[in-house]
Amino acid sequence: MAAPRSQNKIVRWIDHRLPVFTFMEHELNDYPTPRNLSYWWNFGSLAGIVLMIMIVTGIFLAMQYTPHVDYAFDSVERIMRDVNYGWLMRYLHMNGASFFFILVYIHLFRGLFYGSYKTPRELLWMLGVVILLLMMATAFMGYVLPWGQMSFWGATVITSLFSAIPVVGDPIVHWLWGGFAVDNPTLNRFYSLHYLLPFIIVAVVGLHLIALHQHGSGNPLGIDSKGPQDSIPFHPYYTVKDMFGLGVFLIIYAAFVFYMPNALGDPQNYIQANPLQTPAEIVPEWYFLPFYAMLRSVPDILFVPAKLAGVIAMFASIFVLFFLPWLDTSRVRSAHFRPVYKWVFWLLVIDCIVLGWVGAHRPEGFYVVVGRLGTLYYFFHFLILFPLIGWFERPLPLPTSIAAAVTPKGGGRLAGAARPMEKP
Amino acid sequence: MRRLSYALLGAALVALPVAAQQQQQQKQPAPEAAQQSSPQAEAEPSLPKQSWSFDGPFGTYDRASVQRGFQLYSEVCSQCHSMNLLHYRDLGPNGPGGGIGYSEDEVKAIAATPFINGKQVTDGPNDQGEMFQRPGRPYDKFISPFDNPEQAAATYGAVPPDLSLIIKARAGGADYVYDLLVGYKDPPPGFKMGPGNMNYDEYFPGHQIAMPPPLTDDRVQYQDGTKATTDQEARDITSFLAWASEPTMEVRKRTGVKVLIFLLFMTGVLYAAKRKIWLDVH
Repeated sequence: MAAPRSQNKIVRWIDHRLPVFTFMEHELNDYPTPRNLSYWWNFGSLAGIVLMIMIVTGIFLAMQYTPHVDYAFDSVERIMRDVNYGWLMRYLHMNGASFFFILVYIHLFRGLFYGSYKTPRELLWMLGVVILLLMMATAFMGYVLPWGQMSFWGATVITSLFSAIPVVGDPIVHWLWGGFAVDNPTLNRFYSLHYLLPFIIVAVVGLHLIALHQHGSGNPLGIDSKGPQDSIPFHPYYTVKDMFGLGVFLIIYAAFVFYMPNALGDPQNYIQANPLQTPAEIVPEWYFLPFYAMLRSVPDILFVPAKLAGVIAMFASIFVLFFLPWLDTSRVRSAHFRPVYKWVFWLLVIDCIVLGWVGAHRPEGFYVVVGRLGTLYYFFHFLILFPLIGWFERPLPLPTSIAAAVTPKGGGRLAGAARPMEKP
Repeated sequence: MRRLSYALLGAALVALPVAAQQQQQQKQPAPEAAQQSSPQAEAEPSLPKQSWSFDGPFGTYDRASVQRGFQLYSEVCSQCHSMNLLHYRDLGPNGPGGGIGYSEDEVKAIAATPFINGKQVTDGPNDQGEMFQRPGRPYDKFISPFDNPEQAAATYGAVPPDLSLIIKARAGGADYVYDLLVGYKDPPPGFKMGPGNMNYDEYFPGHQIAMPPPLTDDRVQYQDGTKATTDQEARDITSFLAWASEPTMEVRKRTGVKVLIFLLFMTGVLYAAKRKIWLDVH
């Protein structure tokens, strides 16, 4: 580990006792990164930045928000109307949730396409699934806080799912609610947990990064780095690439926040929660629609009632991701060299989009059939196709090294790699 | 393969807002104190699109129209509908988004004039421990036509929805509210109206609405001399309600222009920096 090249005495004094500068030098500056990462590798750091945006805007919102069934809705509108730049904080936070999921879903599918979950990155992948679960819990509870119609009825529907558990179901639901219906105690605990969980996400992201830096990023070719000609230092190459990607992302995010801030939301949530009036249709936020479709698609299976079976399918659809490293029997990481899997991957993407579309509609007639087929295919993909393809597929020959594949002359040491940072 | 995936991503980004808006329009608006179960309710006409001054990335509220709409609200709608999220001060220069063009003195006068015959603000308790009535002041909320929802239900048969957020709270937004207001018709032959004093409206989900047609030609005498046709009235009240739903819309759009110009510039610079730094890798 190189000592920091700083000439600053104070920096050296601190670093001798608390090696934070050495750590940053090692993990940000020198950190060797494959030279061939595509823009698909931008989404992890983007998601991290959006997590920070969510925490900062959330803290400002919390200063003005009142977690009480009688005041919550009005306090959110007060933020929109009377708090300086309150509308900006709220729209950033509200749309930030949607964009956080867009980024994380792309990041997840990137991992699926390039086999990022394969040895030695199994725990890195599993920590990612933990982050996804925590995000879902956080987003769900956050959606309840404005105490609109969809907040209330969404919370009622989703918490009631636990009543499907045999024997202890109802006591569990009452315990979650803190009463016999979604009410003030529910709102209070959701607020408390909605404030807590993001910091737990930050901690798990920390573990995710430790696991990442142990073996470094995967890459579009899916082969290991074989020497210095295959990698470049993270800074400045990937810092500038990530910054450019951030710029593009912020343009799209800002277009939504400033010009169509409610396009991804439900108009019903601008009506204050009314426990006596059920909305014509209860739909979750768009990022939960595929899971909602699975929940509503599953019929009675033998002695398991449809409700319980749906709940099991919904949770299993996430938990199955934990087992991917062992379900996928192919040793080749990148789908570029897997002629069969390459196409099956896109079928899964289409399946998830179709499920999302089904989730937005009433489970009647045609939609039930499509929903069932989609759910069936989702699990068929992971539980049957994944192991099978690995056995019968003949992968294409892998390149000998990253540099050999991506540079005309097989590459040499880069100027930047030899002199990672020129200090003024 | 890579090109295909970029194309898909691009298509998704373009399709997302469109799909989201379509989805919003498909969702049925909330039932407003009307039976929804009649079989005729299935065929919903699509909402005719109107053109509004507040549409688009540079749209602003038409102050004259919003003021006429406020006059309509104070003389007509406020007899039944509350607007609990609005304060009189919101109409003046210090309101969110700079108000709707009234001066502070005008706002004081508006606040002191009761919407509903003689109904004043209940304040207190005073030093005798008693509640008392007084004229409204700019910092007061709009006086509600009823003291609690139960009173409203007893008076009108159902609680008329609060109008503060009505444009944002209905799929179709301003178009829906305008279309509903001009959509009163005689029921088509064979349409069975439910019990009670229901009215047929072409654009209301289920077509049976408890609210009697609120607008007619010359329902009000506009202070600015504009001719008060039903269409003009519907347009003006919708403009006012759109402003009330989001008084900060103009400042949001103005800020957005500055933010986007900055971001486009910054991203261009970052792209140039990226190209330069990566020259020796490619």
